[in-house]
Amino acid sequence: MSATVHDVDQKPAVTALRSKDLLGISDLTPDEITLILNTADAMKEIASRPIKKVPALRGKTVVNLFFEPSTRTRTSFEIAEKRLSADTLNIAIATSSVVKGETLADTAMNLEAMRPDMIVLRHSCSGACHLLSRICRSAIINAGDGMHEHPTQALLDAFTIRERKKHLQGLKVAIVGDLAHSRVLRSNILLLTKMGADVWVCGPPTLMPTDIRRFGVTATSNVEHAVRDADVIMMLRIQLERMEGAYFPSLREYFNIFGMTEARLKLAKDDVIIMHPGPMNRGVEIASEVADGPYSVILDQVANGVAVRMAVLYLLAGGAEHEEAA
Amino acid sequence: MKRLLKGGRVVDPANGIDGVRDVLIDGDRIARVGANLPADGATVVEIPSGLVICPGFIDMHVHLREPGQEHKETIATGAASAVAGGFTAVACMPNTNPVNDDANVTTYILDKAREANLARVYPIGAVSRGSKGELLADIGDLRKAGCVAITDDGHPVKTAILLRRALEYAGMFGMPVIEHCEDPSLKGDGVAHEGYYAASLGLRGMPGACEALGVERGVLLSELTGSAFHVAHMSARASLRAVRKGKEAGVRVTCEVAPHHFTLTDEMLATPVAYDTNTKMNPPLREAADRDAMLEGIADGSVDAIATDHAPHHYDEKKVEYDHAPFGIVGLETAVSLSLDRLVHSGRITLSRMVELMSVNPARILKVAGGTLSEGAPADITIIAPDLKVRIEAARLRSRSKNTPFDGWELRGGVAATLVGGRPLYVNAETRITL
Amino acid sequence: MPDSKSAVVMDADRIARTLTRIAHEIVERNKGVDDVALIGVRTRGVYIARRLARTLKEITGDDVPTGTLDITLYRDDLMRHAVGPQPVIRRTEIPFSIDDKKILLVDDVLYTGRTTRAALDALIDFGRPKGIQLIVLVDRGHRELPIKADYVGKNLPTNPGESVQVRLQETDGNDEVVLQQEATV
Repeated sequence: MSATVHDVDQKPAVTALRSKDLLGISDLTPDEITLILNTADAMKEIASRPIKKVPALRGKTVVNLFFEPSTRTRTSFEIAEKRLSADTLNIAIATSSVVKGETLADTAMNLEAMRPDMIVLRHSCSGACHLLSRICRSAIINAGDGMHEHPTQALLDAFTIRERKKHLQGLKVAIVGDLAHSRVLRSNILLLTKMGADVWVCGPPTLMPTDIRRFGVTATSNVEHAVRDADVIMMLRIQLERMEGAYFPSLREYFNIFGMTEARLKLAKDDVIIMHPGPMNRGVEIASEVADGPYSVILDQVANGVAVRMAVLYLLAGGAEHEEAA
Repeated sequence: MKRLLKGGRVVDPANGIDGVRDVLIDGDRIARVGANLPADGATVVEIPSGLVICPGFIDMHVHLREPGQEHKETIATGAASAVAGGFTAVACMPNTNPVNDDANVTTYILDKAREANLARVYPIGAVSRGSKGELLADIGDLRKAGCVAITDDGHPVKTAILLRRALEYAGMFGMPVIEHCEDPSLKGDGVAHEGYYAASLGLRGMPGACEALGVERGVLLSELTGSAFHVAHMSARASLRAVRKGKEAGVRVTCEVAPHHFTLTDEMLATPVAYDTNTKMNPPLREAADRDAMLEGIADGSVDAIATDHAPHHYDEKKVEYDHAPFGIVGLETAVSLSLDRLVHSGRITLSRMVELMSVNPARILKVAGGTLSEGAPADITIIAPDLKVRIEAARLRSRSKNTPFDGWELRGGVAATLVGGRPLYVNAETRITL
Repeated sequence: MPDSKSAVVMDADRIARTLTRIAHEIVERNKGVDDVALIGVRTRGVYIARRLARTLKEITGDDVPTGTLDITLYRDDLMRHAVGPQPVIRRTEIPFSIDDKKILLVDDVLYTGRTTRAALDALIDFGRPKGIQLIVLVDRGHRELPIKADYVGKNLPTNPGESVQVRLQETDGNDEVVLQQEATV
């Protein structure tokens, strides 16, 4: 069963990404997004082979530089890199605001001296990737920078939606959760609006980014309005620390007003899909029955993450100038 | 020594002058200003056409960093940067290390300034000991040692009651309280103006209301105490509204705006270089409506002074993640060009008004000599070249630090010469003035 | 319509007869199509493989499993250039096990042999076939690797400056093989 939207022989509008890095969805055009998704589609097949490896990035060194702990994203990138035969190096840096070690700039310059081909960076400060990209010649892939963007997450979310719904344009996508602090939200809003989806964002005003409407979405605090007739519902994680910042009074109250329950799910379309970037807080933003129910594609998202990351690594790694060679 | 500055346009609004005049300097004083003065043994300096002679500019908000942070700037390098920027005097902030909450620190600063022998330096003392916001500093001592105002700049005075007391006490000496207006709880750990760009870039924001709240508090307390209250580095339209209301009600409130707040907006955080830490300062670059309000206030007289909030930081300190970078940019050597280009040449204000903002009013607010070219006044003179093509080059700034967002900017207008007490301390050869 | 610098070396009729001839050769050489599978390389090899499968069904009555192979990720010229667009990847679909099968690799033009080398590498990762045979519509010479085709539609001696264009109904609207005098970039 082929889930590709584009006919195998149709030439894509672009065949390469313009930038040497992937710092955010904000830098990608709709054609580039389509290129990544189509490439991911081809990459996905590799996971079903007996030998889940292709020599495409053989001899390339990829450094996973993670300043924030992450098992999920890091393993996903690592598997993707290894499936492309790249040499991977994982560097996990524990940061403490009290003990200031080497600056990011110095870490980058030291790394650069060893000539990695690509650096996958996750950092707790927005804009850390931009700083790295100004210092390093390597291709930089943003695996999440502060509250700014998490582009590969949005790409795998789009891939998952496209797999189920065959297209992105015109779909009603409702995103519920901590919108102000979420890099996943920012990336998803940018991507979905670029691809012509009808995006609704929902959360308490205390967790709503300033000027949210300027992002081309419909903002509401009424979760029923948001999910009514939705094709896709995306739940974002609520960080428990937000209670201390007086963003909302209690988790119980949050769940009552905004939590995704089976009752609220009924307002959406019959073939709605439920997504969550993980990790989930069961009973806070999402009821367990919903997370484990038939509408959930949460596990597909994880599987697709590897294919999407393989596509990004491949496209940024540079290659031959001609498409056809005998 | 006598010097006759001959045939230049003189703009001296305090004396109602805007026209061609000769200026006779005798020693360190202005002897006479008039048309066709006789040389009478003075060295005659023909003023090239197009240059304008003004009373020396005074920057009432600079951070000289000495004592304690000499890697960023020293009093000597700061004073050199000042004269290169056309300033004959600067007032320096007390958030040094140690804080200038003590006469010894004040004296140290004045000694260093005397050593440098360049721009005049007027120290501003702290409101509270260590600027901690608990106990009042020895304001009388500070006054005696040479401080012209008090502030806890870097942050607002901690409590309303302390600000009240400071206003009452400093009022005794006729000293204004200068306030970094801000509500700390609203500020939180914000690093940028709360708006579309901070939201796009994932940066924590501080809304304009955060500053305005501080302004409103100060205006009310100034009214209550009858003392002079000065709003430092105003940036938000809501703050301007509060200042205007205060002035209308007769409150003794004044305010200053920095050139970056009437030139730049928060869009610069995203382009041309995303997350450029030279766009990070407090108060932050705000949205266009705030920048436009500052321009309006400058034009209609609600704004009293232009002050740079010159905040040098070492290159290493700024080459970090946006969240971790210190707030502030240098400003002494870009202020005149920005003011001429963006305010005068754009038609918003006259040169007279610019001189009010940069000389007359700062002198009046701080109650220091200057602001005029009256006979007997100190010969502190700023000669500007309003049509000079200037290209700002960070690497060539005289300040020890180069943290400016204006690198590469091409502006119309610059400094021709700066004289302090009759001595020419900076001369721009490009303007062909021979001093 | 070919321009004055090109010549049609095979027309639709000729192509059809050639493929029929190859299909018969396949049956003869493999004594039937019992453990035979077709895998088409890249775009046009795929359509040629499908046509062969249809003809083989007509001849033998048997269905021959057919798959598609994208060899892009196995090319030896990937990553050789510092900056440049990556070749576009398309899906590989081999919905059967290739173990112990005689794989007939199908491509439109055999030239340097590097595509075939890449295809062999890819196939080895899919399993262990009993054997691999190579079918090409046109062999234009100038091998750079020790690769030879087992079934050739037409031997066409060429100069390096020339290019061989295979056009098929399914992708280009008509069937023909054209030899162009100057390589078009």
